[in-house]
Amino acid sequence: MADVSKGSAPGVNLTKGQAISLEKKGGGSLTAVRMGLGWQAAPRRGLFGTRTREIDLDASAVLFAGDQPVDVVFFRHLVSDDGSVRHTGDNLVGGAGGGGDDEAILVDLQRVPVHIDQIVFTVNSFTGQTFQEVQNAFCRIVDETNGQELARYTLDGGGQYTAQIMAKVHRAGSGWQMTALGNPANGRTFQDLMPAILPHL
Amino acid sequence: MTAELVRGQNHPVPHTRLDIRVSAGEPVVVAVALSDEHGRVPGAEWVAHPARPALPGVEVSRQATAGHLLAVDLTAVPSSAHRAAVLLALPTGPGCPGRFGALAAPFVSLGAPDAPGTVSYTVTGLDSEAAVVALEFYRRQGAWKVRAVGQGYAGGLAACLADQGLDRAGELAAAVGEAVAHGLARPAGADPARTAEALRAATAEGPGPAADPGPAASPTPGTNPRTADPAAPPPARTHGGPVDYTHPRRRPAVQQPPPVAPPGRPPVPVAGDATGWSVEERLYNQVWGMFEDLARTTAAYRSAVDFAASRLGREHDRVLSDPHGRVAGPGDGAREAARTRHDELTGRAREALDRDLDQLTAESRAVEPALPPAFARWDSPVWGRYRVPAKAPMALRLGDLHLPERPGLRIPMLMRLPLERGLWVDSGLGPSQSGVLPEEVPPRTLAMDTAVAHAARLIAVHPAGEFTVRVIDAAGTAARSLNPLLRSGMLDEPPAAGAAGVSAVLAKLVRRVDLVQMAVRGGAADALPPDLDTARELLIVSDFPRGFDDRAVTRLRYLADEGPEVGVHLLMVADREDASGYGPVLDPFWHSLLRITPVPDDHLADPWVRHVWTYLPPALPEYRDVLGPVLAKAAEARRARRR
Repeated sequence: MADVSKGSAPGVNLTKGQAISLEKKGGGSLTAVRMGLGWQAAPRRGLFGTRTREIDLDASAVLFAGDQPVDVVFFRHLVSDDGSVRHTGDNLVGGAGGGGDDEAILVDLQRVPVHIDQIVFTVNSFTGQTFQEVQNAFCRIVDETNGQELARYTLDGGGQYTAQIMAKVHRAGSGWQMTALGNPANGRTFQDLMPAILPHL
Repeated sequence: MTAELVRGQNHPVPHTRLDIRVSAGEPVVVAVALSDEHGRVPGAEWVAHPARPALPGVEVSRQATAGHLLAVDLTAVPSSAHRAAVLLALPTGPGCPGRFGALAAPFVSLGAPDAPGTVSYTVTGLDSEAAVVALEFYRRQGAWKVRAVGQGYAGGLAACLADQGLDRAGELAAAVGEAVAHGLARPAGADPARTAEALRAATAEGPGPAADPGPAASPTPGTNPRTADPAAPPPARTHGGPVDYTHPRRRPAVQQPPPVAPPGRPPVPVAGDATGWSVEERLYNQVWGMFEDLARTTAAYRSAVDFAASRLGREHDRVLSDPHGRVAGPGDGAREAARTRHDELTGRAREALDRDLDQLTAESRAVEPALPPAFARWDSPVWGRYRVPAKAPMALRLGDLHLPERPGLRIPMLMRLPLERGLWVDSGLGPSQSGVLPEEVPPRTLAMDTAVAHAARLIAVHPAGEFTVRVIDAAGTAARSLNPLLRSGMLDEPPAAGAAGVSAVLAKLVRRVDLVQMAVRGGAADALPPDLDTARELLIVSDFPRGFDDRAVTRLRYLADEGPEVGVHLLMVADREDASGYGPVLDPFWHSLLRITPVPDDHLADPWVRHVWTYLPPALPEYRDVLGPVLAKAAEARRARRR
């Protein structure tokens, strides 16, 4: 991969099911990463053709030990009990932005408890709108220490579902890997998604 | 915005063209050493010092004075220089103090020429050192940052320069000593009026730091710079005068090892390592940060241990449900393997926990001695130096908290002031407390002693005349515990006794709450009657509900609800059982109070994870009276104010 300038150039573009190892560019293990999730509301037909509607998507992170969910970080519980995973806050009206992160979840990889081996990131539509009304949904993982984007996974076109299991970050050897999942599901909050998450562990 | 740095703290540099002011009680030498990317000073030509005062972007004074102003232009510093250390050294020779411990703590501030003193640092904790690295500028991601270093050297400038990686540091130090001795011998050099302001007048005209170094360093010896610059302040400000340059709120007790961690190790903790506008706020936030960190790292540990146990259980079940596993041999092996996996995971979890707890213990050791009286333990030396404060603190230490994973690691329990809820020292004994009580002291006495200590701390941390204490002791049973308050004269009225006394005190306080509320709501604070004391009031109620009739209980509840907002606070000493006759009507009253205990008790939860913490009441030193002298000083200040 070509050398990238700080913070601006994208990292690897992942395809569904692809995994990358989370390492610093130039070697060394990562200490903290940010999972940024963004989306845009699809244009609607109406009096004004470009009028968009606010869409309240919620990002969640579920911490697993083996196949047991141990903790979850979402808009009602913004920090995992152990403090290693932090949600930067609920964004009720995301989607209007121009491609930046609408919600972000910070993971301090060094502080993730020893028994937690996978963190699954999901997005669901709290207001029940389907992903048909969403375009350009993506998740990207950023090295929090320097702002460099390590990988980005952009969803294909939306469909008749209200949730997406986006990606997981899991232990591999002494380091961590990120795998793009991109699985549609239905549910208002992460609890509804549990059956859909479990096959991916 | 200004920032007071504490040792080890770093801060963005507000401007690339800086005025750095140094003030010390006695003449000091200032040098600036530039170092390369390896942190070494490659040669003597990288040091700006009195014998060679100008380097690109840096200019120091030619002599030792008590007040310096250095002009620094960080953009002009050569790009090969990655750090610039500001060194202070004491001149050597007869009549010189020779050790920083004999001087007021040096004060260094920096800012843009039009906004001086944006960032400041008081170099505290020096003793036999004759040279010190005060500040360090360093490049970080294309910008300059500044760090408060405070590393001292008893070996003087030579040792200091040698530690910066300079070869033949002794020679340079000798050259500096000679140049300074030369300067001190000159009348102008000895004149303390070569102050920051005087030099500033000279340098401000020049476009860069290469301007004329100032009147005192001008090549015409004998010129009195005071006539050259009438704006110079009186010499007393800069030379051995009575002015204490230490920051009034800064405690000289902050003495930690240098905050430079060896690579790969966690940073050495320092006190005040948190955000905040003042040192007090930073310490407060740091203590809360430690509290949260301890809660969270313990949560991680407990979660891992729980998971390991449940996984072990599931694996055992699997072995049992497998018909082959029930016989010895393969079954034992599987059980063994499950047990090993369990032990391995809990072992790693414990390792991570111990690493964090060690770090927090080190931080606690650094923070405790730096805490001001309001946050400090009673056995802290700050109480020996106690002075009545000019300003109420932002919080108060009510005791300590710890978790069973490491009982020795105690987090100060800091409660914001003014208190939003009343305090209730429980004189009843919960089931978890039997056995911890000293046998000879009845629980009521112990509770009252504890309450008096809390009240004494509240009095001590408020400015004179801004905090008064009243006591209701209906049956007169608490007289002995109240002794420290009575003896000091902090009580304006004797403890209210009997039903009549109770009623009178409550009536007075209810009237005060009503009047202040009305005044506040009507926006007419000046309309309060002149006999009304607007100081905060603390009402200590001993032995509730003795002496209380229904009407008095109602008034007390009113005070608990309405009082805190207008400065009337409750400190109840009671056993809830005693008031059980009132039935559930008093439940909301008890719930509105913060319950603390006179003996260790597990009843408090943290706001993040809801662990159960063990609360430890503040302990007074056994063989030394702390309360007496502190209350005496507070009472004296109060009397002086009323005169």
